Amino acid sequence: MGNVIGIGAAPKRKEDQRFLTGRGNYVSDIKRPGMAAGVFVRSPHGHAILRDIDKSAALGAPGIVAVLTGDDVAADGLGSLPCGWGITDAKGVPMKEPPFPMLAQGKVRFVGDMVAFVVAETVEQANSAAELLAIDYEVLPSVVGVLDAVHPGAPQLFDDVPNNVCCDWELGDKGAVETAFRKAAHVAKLSLVNNRLIGNPMEPRAAIAEYEPGTDRYTLWSTSQFPHVVRFLMGALVLKIPQHKLRVVAPDVGGGFGVKQFHYGEEAVITWAARRVMRPIKWVASRSEGYVSDRHGRDHVTEAELALDETGKFLAFRVKTLANMGGYLSTFGPNIPTNLYGPLLSGVYTMPAIYCNVKVVFTNTVPVDAYRGAGRPEATFVLERIVDVAAAEMGIDRVEIRRRNMIPKEAYPYQTPVLVQYDSGDPMGCLDGALVAADVKNFGARKAASQRKGKFRGLGYSTYVEACGLAPSRFAGRLGARGGLYESATVRVHPTGQVTVMIGTHNHGQGHETTFAQIVSDKLGVPFENVDIVFGDTDRVQFGMGTYGSRSLVVGGAALSKAADKVIVKGKKIAAHLLEAAEVDIQFEAGKFSVAGTDRTKTFEEIAGAAYVPHDYPLEVLEPGLEEQAYYDPVNFTYPGGCHIAEVEVDPETGTVTLVNYTAVDDVGTVINPMIVEGQLHGGIVQGVGQALYENAVYDDGSGQLLSGSLMDYCMPRADHLPMMKVATHSTLCTHTPMGVKGCGEVGTIGSPAAVINAVVDALSHLGVTHVDMPATPNRIWRLLQNASLPVAAE
Amino acid sequence: MKPFAYHQPDQIPDAAKLLTSIEDSKLVAGGMTLIPTLKQRLANPAALIDLSKLPGLKGISDGAAITIGAMTPHAEVAASKLVQAKIPALAALASMIGDPAVRSRGTIGGSVANNDPAADYPAGVLGLGATIVTSAREILADKFFLGLFETALQSGEIITAIRFPLPLKAGYAKFKAPASRYALVGVFVAKFADGVRVAVTGAGPGVFRVPPMEQALSQNFDPSAIAAIKIDTDGLTSDIHAEADYRAHLVTVMAKRAVDAALG
Repeated sequence: MGNVIGIGAAPKRKEDQRFLTGRGNYVSDIKRPGMAAGVFVRSPHGHAILRDIDKSAALGAPGIVAVLTGDDVAADGLGSLPCGWGITDAKGVPMKEPPFPMLAQGKVRFVGDMVAFVVAETVEQANSAAELLAIDYEVLPSVVGVLDAVHPGAPQLFDDVPNNVCCDWELGDKGAVETAFRKAAHVAKLSLVNNRLIGNPMEPRAAIAEYEPGTDRYTLWSTSQFPHVVRFLMGALVLKIPQHKLRVVAPDVGGGFGVKQFHYGEEAVITWAARRVMRPIKWVASRSEGYVSDRHGRDHVTEAELALDETGKFLAFRVKTLANMGGYLSTFGPNIPTNLYGPLLSGVYTMPAIYCNVKVVFTNTVPVDAYRGAGRPEATFVLERIVDVAAAEMGIDRVEIRRRNMIPKEAYPYQTPVLVQYDSGDPMGCLDGALVAADVKNFGARKAASQRKGKFRGLGYSTYVEACGLAPSRFAGRLGARGGLYESATVRVHPTGQVTVMIGTHNHGQGHETTFAQIVSDKLGVPFENVDIVFGDTDRVQFGMGTYGSRSLVVGGAALSKAADKVIVKGKKIAAHLLEAAEVDIQFEAGKFSVAGTDRTKTFEEIAGAAYVPHDYPLEVLEPGLEEQAYYDPVNFTYPGGCHIAEVEVDPETGTVTLVNYTAVDDVGTVINPMIVEGQLHGGIVQGVGQALYENAVYDDGSGQLLSGSLMDYCMPRADHLPMMKVATHSTLCTHTPMGVKGCGEVGTIGSPAAVINAVVDALSHLGVTHVDMPATPNRIWRLLQNASLPVAAE
Repeated sequence: MKPFAYHQPDQIPDAAKLLTSIEDSKLVAGGMTLIPTLKQRLANPAALIDLSKLPGLKGISDGAAITIGAMTPHAEVAASKLVQAKIPALAALASMIGDPAVRSRGTIGGSVANNDPAADYPAGVLGLGATIVTSAREILADKFFLGLFETALQSGEIITAIRFPLPLKAGYAKFKAPASRYALVGVFVAKFADGVRVAVTGAGPGVFRVPPMEQALSQNFDPSAIAAIKIDTDGLTSDIHAEADYRAHLVTVMAKRAVDAALG
């Protein structure tokens, strides 16, 4: 018999056995009898009227099975791809929500917009047939940037969306902010761009759909982070398939980062097509196809102003942002730059007044939606950058200005002026820990050493907080969520005492099969190896909202914890009967039920056995079996945060920025598995460093072509870009989640971009540089130095 | 990938004959450029002629010059004790190409024949004034590279080896394009008894020499000799990673670093 491995232990990840030995089961590994191959034909134009598609030559191609277009979708009366959030403007007017057809109808609005689905016996035949489609486009000018898109006279994506503005959203007290600015001793101003990103999970998206006429049931295998939500959105809203006739399976999925947490048109088209051709169909995206169809992230242009008194205390914060939505509204699209952005603008500071205005704008680009962090990295970047700008302008040390404004540990729970109430935290403790871990006191010596080599060294801070554990449904509902955001778990104890957990979150790299097994092992006292976690199949798992927004442990783990508690409650009733004691006298500890104050005990296995072989069992008052289910809807978000310190060295000759040291001290609440938390932090930080220094999705204006259309031109961070990171936790416990957990999936990505850019600006500040836009590429830094160094040299 | 015929000849004349007789046929060496192009359906050759079974195209031989067989992979050049001893800059250049997988498959002949404007080998071949040996003749590097993906190779002509004269000193400095790790700018500098050669890759539509730097370095083989030499931005490449003026600046910086490397 194995061991209990509980909360706080760091066992190796269970799931890695199959991944590292090549025994994972990904969508593209699955083969179904009689399976055909499908390929999507995508618009090569950013903006065009779709005049006509002549299928005739393609229908004569070898191996052809079917060619489907938007006309076929319309003829079948299918729905538009739904948006899961409906936001409103300041006057309560709902956002403009034009239809998002699963295959383009009448017009294409971005390079990659789907115009046809070609099914053939093989992928090669489908690709060859696709080349025979004669598509008549009337090309229109494209607009790709938000500043251009809202400009009068810009190309209009939709007839009924003037100036391409989907919603003019606001949050906060405009009047109070204006009053505070009038009284301010100093106002810091900053214009910045939050660069557009492409998610790049290692596994490209893929899907297989199958229809069984015998049972009138559909099955969709999809690379999804939330199969139950796909079943609902696609079944109930797009294809009108009853929920009990639709199974959605998301098996092993090779990374998501948000890219796979949307309902995509490809899923709907392939499911619909499988019934039309009465054969299973498989589609697997290429990397290039993913670049023009996976939802992109970020893409903001922002003007921010921070009002301070003469001592450097923050008085008010005003932020105006234009956020790119791309060509259509994706599943969470309009929620990201609004509800997940504005409420984070208080950061870890006492900020008396905040006003945030976000114009959500359509452009001829891939739809933009959640990408790891989703809104919160953007908010953190604006705030942590302008704090540095204010400190520099007022001649206050950057750490000191943060200390002067930080919410003290004793002030929690802390109500911000922008909806959210932080339950717990200790930003000062994280800052103090990070200052020591980063050896800040010897930075001067390191800077001098760099100088001797002709290099500029800089140090950057980011003290931040984020909102995790999406989400309290009641709160989300008020903000425009069209669904709930709870989670569910079932704990099934087998007659032999082993446990299978069915949970609605989805594991695609986060280590849930390990973390969740530790929770069960800890709570029920069963060996770690006797617990399996089942996820990703709507036929096997009761329900769930999936994995995103650092919610799996916070919301899913809470449901699991509650379900395990229910198992213990029932176990105590069975034990009371077997031990002939009162239920209140039964204690459960370390896998044993015992009568308090006696040596009479029953093991967990004995109780499980009795539940399924109820010969001696209180059948009058208790059902047989030992299986419990819980749904958990959080009462608040959780608020992980911390302090990140980046240290960079800039080569002024080439403009190259090298990240030389990185330190993170984060408050993630209770840590279930420190090894997995460290891995999440590492991965998150690397993604944030990628945004700060390397990654940039670039479109050509006018044509709408994606110029950074492959890994040859879109720079992902690599191992040799990064130093060994120092990562530690300084946790306070969440006051409202069952285990005190806060979540850790996104913290790295949220805290790091500001730390890195603040370090780059620090390295160049002696030349008069006050801001650097992301990514801080060599070309950009060199140009900045060309422009910056001249006036300085002349002084 | 679209269907194509596949040939694997075992004699060079047979390969040359296939290449001229089959319309739209292509040679494949390591395939590091060709195979991705095929997979993306951007190229649709009728036939591929695989060079891997031809005799005598692999390996590195010593002499008054170093001769590297066309089918020798980059990793072998990088690890060669002979190249490391005689032209360490060339071994270093080979070690900077792509990633380990590319270096294990990609060949010097394939790279030189393809003449990608950002490939490393063209800088080494032109910088060292090497000779390209083909199935038909010998071509001096100065006559071989004709611009964007263009070479002096004629129909049916197959590179069999590259012959490198031994420099007194040589160095290669590469500023890697952040994503692709091709040369955003790469500069190869070689000092011979009769003068210095400077060859630049990545900066323009094809590898080119920089006579003012060559003259300055021939006078004084030291980075300071070229620090003030600026490259004309005319004809240099501008793209989303680097504008022409930045590339021009990098040519000078990388040339200085290449001289530094040559001076060890």
